[in-house]
Amino acid sequence: MKLNRFWVGIVVVLLAGLAFTKIADNEFYFYAIYAVLQLMVMGIAWNILGGFTGYVNFGAGGFFAAGAYTTVFLHKALDGPPLLVAVVVAPIVCGLIGLGIGYLTLRLKGVYFAIATLAVAIILETLVINWEYVGGAGGYYFLIPEKIPFFDSYIEWLFTVILVITLFAIVVSRYLNSSRIGQGLAAIRDDELAAECMGVPTLKLKLISTTVMGALMGMAGAPFPYFITFVEPVSTFSLLIAVNAIAVPMIGGTMTWLGPVVGAIVLGSIQEIVTVSISSELNMLIVGVVLVGFITLAPQGITGVYRDFRDKRRRRK
Amino acid sequence: MSEEILSVKDLTKRFGGFTALDAVNVSLSGRERLGLIGPNGSGKTTLINCISGALVNEQGSVSFKGQEVTGLKASKRARLGIIRSFQIPRPFRSMSIIENLLVPMEYAASERKEHGQLRDQAMEFLELVGLNDRADENSSNLTQIDLRRLELARALSAKPSLLLSDESMAGLSSSEVDEILDILLALNERGVAVIMIEHIMRAVMKFSERIVVLDAGKKIADGSPDEIVNNPDVERAYLGE
Repeated sequence: MKLNRFWVGIVVVLLAGLAFTKIADNEFYFYAIYAVLQLMVMGIAWNILGGFTGYVNFGAGGFFAAGAYTTVFLHKALDGPPLLVAVVVAPIVCGLIGLGIGYLTLRLKGVYFAIATLAVAIILETLVINWEYVGGAGGYYFLIPEKIPFFDSYIEWLFTVILVITLFAIVVSRYLNSSRIGQGLAAIRDDELAAECMGVPTLKLKLISTTVMGALMGMAGAPFPYFITFVEPVSTFSLLIAVNAIAVPMIGGTMTWLGPVVGAIVLGSIQEIVTVSISSELNMLIVGVVLVGFITLAPQGITGVYRDFRDKRRRRK
Repeated sequence: MSEEILSVKDLTKRFGGFTALDAVNVSLSGRERLGLIGPNGSGKTTLINCISGALVNEQGSVSFKGQEVTGLKASKRARLGIIRSFQIPRPFRSMSIIENLLVPMEYAASERKEHGQLRDQAMEFLELVGLNDRADENSSNLTQIDLRRLELARALSAKPSLLLSDESMAGLSSSEVDEILDILLALNERGVAVIMIEHIMRAVMKFSERIVVLDAGKKIADGSPDEIVNNPDVERAYLGE
């Protein structure tokens, strides 16, 4: 019955989101929720490799930006194709990048792997800075279509797109988490050699993990140029994006698919509220403070704390 | 004696300039219990690593049930039925005890059954090692002896035809050693051939039908426990001239 409840939840959230575009009249809400959902997709993507598989990666921002720049490239090459083309192509491109990079770097472990992924992000950034076709260091302006069928404004359409992407990411992440693959990934995270000796094809599963991570990151990045309307390499490849993607599962919990979902809602909401009520400059500070708080007080994240609480209560009964 | 299931021929393994194994030949028949002994650093664990696929040998070949497995990954060999336990237990620490068993059941043994059925089967294995009451406890809080039990139960749940047991009794008390011995014998009863590395002579002598002795990467003796005890080369390897 749990499966049904999950799917009902997905459909309800989707319908609620669609209804919201018809009810809400303040565009700010869409921008704010878009930012939270983008954060959620990135957290989910990072968690597949970082949380489920145990390979900490600092290059997440690189995949996100690669997704955004796939959109830029398509925009220029095809003279402004529909957004959905980019949403389909970007994950394919970024998934392939993930596969290739995984093949090259996955024999590294721990800190070495983390640094290698950081290097990958820097290489991608350097590539884009020197690639005039997509705007190079100067950046690239996006002209948003004025009219879009079924929606009152373009941000409502973007909001719907990121909502569907988010739900898709949740479905993928939950499948990986609860399936046979997820069990193999968890075994790799706990002890890779023991996993291999127990018949888990570790290389294959790690490659699946990096590919899905890259694809979902790219998917999160694909609508980004439309959202921000001006893309340039330094801010798109910013380490802040990678740090945010790591902070989300750290806060929510890395062991389950639900962790990054909860983490993004908590962190994203705080960020948006503070941006509006105090100052947008405080964003980075907030991530830092919340992260330090969780790592010291609840290293298993919100879902981990809840699980411990539930187990304790069950044992008492 | 049933037919041969494992055949190691001229196996050589070098680490840089150091030859850890030098043209070692070992064969094993189905259901046989083989003891593998030798002084520290003689290459016992390296041999186990080369058979299980954790290390790749430079020369020589390993074949299992008539199939050449040299060069195959450890996960492939595990699916063929070569399973090892580790000298220092390596449980999947984020999982409960029973979940530790489900990993090899689904991967090495490729069981495609309902979750409930798998659990029942896993419980059977846990019963054999005496961990059935604690199936849902987290595996990170276990004591040494329980970790060894889990290590063996996990190996068993992979449905091996050959178990490589690497010092599963080191550091245990005398009664605990007997307990682990009983588990290994019970496993063997179920038709699993066992290669046991062990320093505890009492255990090796009691368990093994045949013993192979390694010294400095070379096989210096191969025979029944009685023959080994009276072999002058073995005495020299352990005690010096």
